[in-house]
Formats: sequence, structure tokens, C-alpha cells
Amino acid sequence: MTATATSRLSGLPDSPADLRTFLHGLPGVDKVGIEARAAALGTRSVKTSSKAQAIDLAIRMVDLTTLEGADTPGKVRALSAKALRPDPADPTCPAVAAVCVYPAMVPTAAAVLAGSGVHLASVATAFPSGQAPLDVKLADTRDAVAGGADEIDMVISRGAFLAGDYGKVFDEIVAVKEAAGPAHLKVILETGELGTYDNVRRASWLAMLAGAHFIKTSTGKVGVNATLPVTLVMLEAVRDFRERYGRQVGVKPAGGIRTTKDAIKYLVMINETCGDDWLSPDWFRFGASSLLNDLLMQRTKLTTGHYAGPDYFTLD
Amino acid sequence: MPKSPKTSAPTAVADRSRLAVRKTYKLYVGGKFPRSESGRTYLVDGDNVALASRKDARDAVLAARAAQPKWAGATAYNRGQVLYRIAEMIEARRAEFVALGVAAAEVDAAIDRWVWYAGWSDKIAQVAGNANPVAGPFFNISAPEPTGVVGVVAPGSLLGLVSVIAPAVVTGNTVVVVASNPQAAITLAEVLATSDVPGGVVNILTGKGAEIAPWLASHDDVNALDLSGVDDPGLATDLERAAAGTLKRVLRPVSGVDYSGDPGTGPMTALLEIKTVWHPKGF
Amino acid sequence: MFEYAPAPESRSIVSLAPSYGLFIDGEFGEAKDTFKTINPADEEVLAEVALASPEDVDRAVAAARRAFTGWSALPGSERAKYLFRIARIIQERSRELAVLESLDNGKPIKESRDVDLPLVAAHFFYYAGWADKLRYAGFGSDPRPLGVAGQVIPWNFPLLMLAWKIAPALATGNTVVLKPAETTPLSALFFADVCRQADLPPGVVNIVTGAGDTGRYLVEHPDVNKVAFTGSTEVGRQIARSVAGTGKRLTLELGGKAANIVFDDAPIDQAVEGIVNGIFFNQGHVCCAGSRLLVQESIAEELLSSLRRRMATLRVGDPLDKNTDVGAINSRAQLDRIIELSEIGSTEGAERWSPPCDLPDRGFWFAPTIFTGVTQAHRIAREEIFGPVLSVLTFRTPAEAVEKANNTPYGLSAGIWSEKGSQILAVADKLRAGVIWANTFNKFDPTSPFGGYKESGYGREGGRHGLEAYLA
Repeated sequence: MTATATSRLSGLPDSPADLRTFLHGLPGVDKVGIEARAAALGTRSVKTSSKAQAIDLAIRMVDLTTLEGADTPGKVRALSAKALRPDPADPTCPAVAAVCVYPAMVPTAAAVLAGSGVHLASVATAFPSGQAPLDVKLADTRDAVAGGADEIDMVISRGAFLAGDYGKVFDEIVAVKEAAGPAHLKVILETGELGTYDNVRRASWLAMLAGAHFIKTSTGKVGVNATLPVTLVMLEAVRDFRERYGRQVGVKPAGGIRTTKDAIKYLVMINETCGDDWLSPDWFRFGASSLLNDLLMQRTKLTTGHYAGPDYFTLD
Repeated sequence: MPKSPKTSAPTAVADRSRLAVRKTYKLYVGGKFPRSESGRTYLVDGDNVALASRKDARDAVLAARAAQPKWAGATAYNRGQVLYRIAEMIEARRAEFVALGVAAAEVDAAIDRWVWYAGWSDKIAQVAGNANPVAGPFFNISAPEPTGVVGVVAPGSLLGLVSVIAPAVVTGNTVVVVASNPQAAITLAEVLATSDVPGGVVNILTGKGAEIAPWLASHDDVNALDLSGVDDPGLATDLERAAAGTLKRVLRPVSGVDYSGDPGTGPMTALLEIKTVWHPKGF
Repeated sequence: MFEYAPAPESRSIVSLAPSYGLFIDGEFGEAKDTFKTINPADEEVLAEVALASPEDVDRAVAAARRAFTGWSALPGSERAKYLFRIARIIQERSRELAVLESLDNGKPIKESRDVDLPLVAAHFFYYAGWADKLRYAGFGSDPRPLGVAGQVIPWNFPLLMLAWKIAPALATGNTVVLKPAETTPLSALFFADVCRQADLPPGVVNIVTGAGDTGRYLVEHPDVNKVAFTGSTEVGRQIARSVAGTGKRLTLELGGKAANIVFDDAPIDQAVEGIVNGIFFNQGHVCCAGSRLLVQESIAEELLSSLRRRMATLRVGDPLDKNTDVGAINSRAQLDRIIELSEIGSTEGAERWSPPCDLPDRGFWFAPTIFTGVTQAHRIAREEIFGPVLSVLTFRTPAEAVEKANNTPYGLSAGIWSEKGSQILAVADKLRAGVIWANTFNKFDPTSPFGGYKESGYGREGGRHGLEAYLA
């Protein structure tokens, strides 16, 4: 009863029915409007000095990712090395935010990254489908943390969400967060499977209410991954959530972001939606792999004044 | 056209020994038949007919405005039924119009005109409206709506009178009509009053166009002006100029109109506003 | 804050002559009496432009009359090809014309580039296709042109308003004498060059530059058959009076004071964008601007706080900077009017707010502004300000929203924000305005008729309906 009173006081929904009422009481998202807004922000022209700043910031926001069945210790070691020094030829080039791997690869990456300040993220909870019993998901999470991961990228059960079982999704997030202990929790909504922007907004709030440190768009394993409008909906959600509850939550678009031009569009969108507070690797990440090399090429272009070529950047 | 002398009025036909009860021709405003507030009458073919004043025009505009939203809000089907009912009622009073000197063929044409317009009520929006294929993810549709209150200076003939009232009201406008053939006009008003036409939809003032029309032309709460019955070009110009004060829609008089011809959709569309509604499409 | 470095569009793409004569009968004349047109962003003179005299207008109307015989006799399919040609040339020169428009008007390049010019080309494409299909348009089996059209356009969308006037006029077989606004004559003169490039027969399009007197002389010209005007309601009234008794056909697209109605179930973030787009697009120099925000009282505070936050991200400044959202006010006179009405708003007790923004020292500038605590009795709720100034009013019920929205002599446009379909349709039905944007605002398309109720004018431009004004 006390818990109920407390959550009532703080305005948090405290039962599945409340949760449903709350999530369906959120303002709607108009598809045409949100897409037009995202496209308009995409026309911002970021040049010269601001472009240089943006590129370095984007590099610092990369969760350098490999999530393949074919991942090997060798591949993960190479990737981790690249995360530390993305451009070996240029010591002024910053390190990325994190390396993101499967739980089995966590110890390998941890050995390279230890003490570097580059975070180690691991997908867990039966990534990417999430279709496993809860105890399996929790064990997956504990293993990753035990192996050295300080960030956990979990997937929500889209099946439960789409079936309207918000309480189950909520409880799973709470449980995984507990299992993750000190590690930061990123909650993957898999927006490409949610079907509507209204659902993206609801899933964002659901994850935040359950305690997510970050909300993340996608696994990268379905047809539609991060898009500008989906990320915009999520940015609006974290902005509004902080205004309402006072707690800041980060955003991570993942999958499909490959070019500097794309990355800068995201930065512009943060800038003009949430502002300064989210323009930091602590609050915004790009889940990406090939993006990094394009950022490096554009960075080199700005410093040297001529266009760079892919042969001059490492393929790890 | 020549009017029949009083003595042959139909009321006198039945019983020669009985003194006929004559009709008093009053105004038709808000569904009622008031005298002119000015107390004035004028003599037309032996009848004392109410001579409307500017204050009658004011009252008629108030009545027309009050009736307009509900009339426009009625279903098109319903308005069509009401107009058809008007045709039925004239048919029943055919002899009365003939006795007033209206040629039988003209009465028939007037009846048929109501029938014609009755059928337009639920079709004009389909003919005058459009779905617009805009270059974007939007539902976009243009549909006509009544302009509101229309001041009408009506032509002298019964068919002319019907031909200016019917296209205005079928789409949901209400009218204040200045009629120059008082007996036929007020007889028509009696038809309207018994045809399920809501009070205020049609208001008929008998009197002098040159006296009343300027008050309608300058009235801030009149949306459009139909000058079909104005014969004097100088007056027409003055009225058009006065109408510019609130940018009323103006139907200018056209000389030599043959009201027996196909009116086309012009008389209706001139008193319609096209409203275009956009809405995004997406989920 | 993530600052964007200046990203100016190059103006070298526009080559301006020191002076421009009138375009009559396919030729540019010598400029005798002239006036200067300036860049409102820095008050630099862009060029000198001929001030047309009554004799000049006579010559232009005579040229149009001569050209009418041949132009109206051309098969529609041939007229269509000229219009398609014009549309294509505009597309090919659109960057140049966009920069020119921003220079002369002060509007942000992103708007002239992404809104004005694409719509201009699209308008010519749309009406080009009608030229040989007029008998299918529903205006009779053999619709005929009227003759010479005298057209007077405003300064807020100079080239777009030209397109709205000229494209349907030419498609229907009329010839044209057009007067662009005094403060924005250049794009019409460049359009004259487009006509030459397209080999349009001489006299079909004539451009006479000048001030109010030139326009008055044109619309009163006895040999003009059709008058089309876009501008203020006051001038529209004068034109309607002057046309009375002449038998000239007249269409007027005039002022507005549109209500943008936000219900408590609105998609809030898109509504905020719609409000911003509704009033700050083109510096609020838009006749259909959503200048009265009617917000349901239950969400007013929340909505206004979102709106203020959003307004703080608006970038006001150099119109040629690709990141500018709000450009320069078009003229000193317009700026004075905006300042005056805003001061009246404050005096009458409304609460004024603008985001902090640095305005340039030279040129004509006005920060995006909202007034809260406005009632129907305030002048800023009734009069068209034609600037980036929003009046905020509240309502309690849908019926009250409709009543307040309609409580104006204007009736050009309105906005509705709600997620409830039945509410949108019912409110859209009851609003007395020619264009209703539901869950969007300030959208335009050549296929979509535009025009007002009541004192916002009469006639429609765009779409099939737009043909009617030019056909007998």
C-alpha cells in the first residue's frame, strides 16, 4: 500500500491497467508531421568549423558494434583496438564511446578496453528476438556483466508489447535492470517491429518508467532500423520524461546510419529537440560499424583539404 | 403582364350573392406575415400591398441569419424534399396564380423549376466539389458550402422570382427578396409557409428595389447580392459599389435573360463558397 | 549549444542589371522614371526599376489586346506546350530565381528554394495540362477566354503569386498585364525573361512595374476584361468599388486572421510545429497565416511552454543563410505596422514574449513574438498584422472554439489540431473559411483551390476551380 501511495505521489502508474491508461493517454504522433519535421531538420547545413566539431562529437558517440554469428576473438580484438584509436595516423582523433558485442565476446573485448575509458556494451536478453524465458534473459545479462560489460543493451518483448501486455514488458525491464547491477541499461524497442509512431512513443515511456538509462531504436537485425523520425519521437520522449520526472534518459539510434551526413542530421535533431544536455556520449550514442570510417574520412578531408579514400582507413 | 381585375378573384366565383373575403398582402419575414413596420402600403392592381421599409429589410436579414445555420445544416436530402414540397403546394394553388394573371405555362414552368432544383440539393456538391490529388501524403477535398444570407432583387415574373430564390436556398443559403410583383410574390410566400420551409429561410419584402436594396447592399451581415431584377444600370452600379464595403459576392443583372431556358449550375455556384480541407494520411 | 557556422547561399548565381525597363509586347523598354528596389535584409539597393506611367499601362494593355487574337485562337495543345516550356525553364533556373526572391523579398533561402520555386514550377505544369482540356472542366462545352487580364500581386510570395495569376490566365487563352508589388518587382522581370526564352508570343505576358497608382490605373483600364488581385482587404474593397458597373470579372484574394485551433487531444509536438509554421513561415507575411492561436484551456500552459521552447530554436537572420528560419521583414513600412500593432497589443494588456535573438543592425527585422492573455476584444486578435506575431486565446469547448474562430470579418483559412476524426470533421464543417488545414498548416498545391469567405475575398485560385475566373 505504501508503495502505491508513493508511486501515486510521484505520478508513476502502478498497475498494468494504470500503465495502459497512462501510455494511451500520451499525445499522439502524426506521421506526416513528424516525418516533415525530421526532414526539415535534415536540411540544416553544417559546414566548416561546426562540421569539424560535429564529426568529433559523432566519433565520441559511436558504439562500435559487431553482432555477427561469425564474430571471433580476433575480430573483436581488432575492433576494440580501433575503438581506442580510430585513426592511428592522427592522435587528435578521439576514441569512440563504446564497443558493443555479444556476451560471449565480452571477456575478449574487456581485455583490450580495460582502463581505457571506452565502455563495453553487450547485447543480452536473447538478442535480437527476445523470445526466451525470463530466467534465460537474466542469466544472459548477469554473464555479460560478470565478463566485464558496463552497459547492457536489452531487447523488449515486442510480442508482449504488441499483445498489450505492458505489465510484462515493464516487469522484464525492471528484472533485467536488477540483474545488470551497476551496468547501464539500454532498452532496445525494435521500432521497426512496433508498426506506428504512437507505439514508439508508448514503448519509449514504458522503458523509461521501468528504469531504462537509454532507449535504443533497433537491433540492426530487422528490415527497418533507426530512422530520423523514429529517433525524433524518442528524443521528444526523453525530453518530456525529464520535464515530468526530473530524470534524464539517453537515446541510441542503431542500424542503418552509415554516413557523416546522416550522423550530423541526428546531431542537429538533438540540438533542436532536446538541446545541449543530450549532445554528449553520456546521453546519445550511435549504434554503428561502417559509420566510423566515413566519419574518419570526412574528418581527414576537413584537416587536409582534399577528399579521402577508403584504402587509407582500417577495416576492422 | 395584365392582371385580372379584382372582381373576378376566385373567392367571388362560388356564390355571387356572397361578399368575397379579400386577401391582405403583407410581408413574409421569419415565417410570419407582418405588415411593414412603417405602416406603409401601396396600391397594386387594386390591392393595398405592404410597402417595405429599411427596417423591414433589417428584420428580414436578422430572420434570414437566424435561420441560416440550421437550414444549411439540414441534410441535402431534406432540403430537396422541402423544395419538392414547394412544387406540390404550387401545383395545388395553380389556379390562384393564374387568377393573378400569371400565364398557366409560366406557373407550370415555375413548378417544374422547383422540382429541378429539388433534385440538385444532393448533387451540386458532387458536381462542384473535387478530390484534389495534391503532391503529398494528404487527403484533400474541396466542397461547396452556402455563402450565407443572400439579398435578392428579384425579377418581376413568377418564373424569374422562383429562378432566383430556388438556386439560392437549395444549397443552404437563406434569402431576403425584394419582389416587384407583390401579389404573386406573397402568394408564393403562402406556398412556402405551408411547404415545410423553415421560417426565415425565404423572406419576401414587397416594395421598391431602389429603396430597399441599398440597405441590403450595405448591410454588414449580408454575404451576397443577387441583382437579377435590377433594370436600372445606374442602380445596379450603385448597389455593386455598396456591396464592395464588405466584399459581398454580387450577381450582376444580365439583360434579356430568358428564364424559361436551362439555368445551368451558375445560379447555384455563384452563391457557394468552395471550402478545401486538408488532412495528413499516415499511421 | 551546437552552433552552425554561417552557410550562405551564393548570390553570384543572380546577375542583376543596374536598371530594368518595363516588359511590354515582348520587349524590355528603357527605364525613364524609376524607383529603387532594395534588399530588406541590408537596405542595399538591388536595382532601379521603371515606374510605369498611365501611357505605359495603355501600351501594355494594347499589346495584350493585340496578342489576345492570336493567343486565344491557338489550339489549347499549343498553349499547353508554351506553359510546359515555361515550367521547365523555371525548374532549370530555380536556384537563381530562389536567390533573387530572397534578395528582393527577405524570405529565407530555404523557403524560396524548397517552397516558393517548386510550387511556381508545379503551378505552370498543372495549368499547362488544362489548356487543351478545358471542355472537360465543368464550365460548359466550349468555354471561352475573357480577353485581357489585369493582375496585381503582393510582395509576400512575388513569383508564386505571379504563377497563380499567369498560369491559369494563359492556359485558358487570356493575355496578361501584370503588376508586381512595388517592393518586390525583380522576380516578375526575370519571369519576363523566362517568357522570352520560351518564345512566348509578344504581348501575351506584359509586366508593368510601379506603385499603387500603376496598379489602380491597370485595374481601372477600360480595355481590361478581367481583374485579379491579391493583397489587402482595404485595396480589394477599392478595386471592387472601381470595377462596379463595368462588367469586368473580378477575383480577390485578400487578408485573413486565421484561427489555429488546438484541442486537448492534439498531437502536441506536431501542433507546435504547425503553430510555428502557421505564423513564422515567411515572417508571418502570409494572408492565410495562423495568427490567432485558439488553444483549449486545459492544455494551454503545457502547449505554450512547448511553443516557447520551440521558438527559442528559430534562427532569425540573413535570408541567404541556408539555416535561417525567419528572414527580414519586407519593408520599412511593414515593419512600422508590425511594431505599431505589437505596441498596441502591449498597451491593451496582452503579455508579450519573444525568444532572445540577436537581430542584425541593418535592414528590417522583427523577432518572433507571441502575445498571451489575448481576448477577442484586443486589436491584435482582430486586425491582420502580417508579421511574425501570434495572438494566443483560449477556449473551453469545441463550440466555443468555432464561435471564436468565426468571429471575424475574414474567412481565408483555419487550422484544427485533434486526433479525433469526428471532431475534426464537425469543426471543419462549421468553420467559415476557404481553406481548412487539419493536423497540418500552410500547405499549398496547384491542384488545391485557395481563396476566402467573407472579407477575405472571392473566387478561387488553384485546381479546377481556379479556371472559372478566366472563362466565359
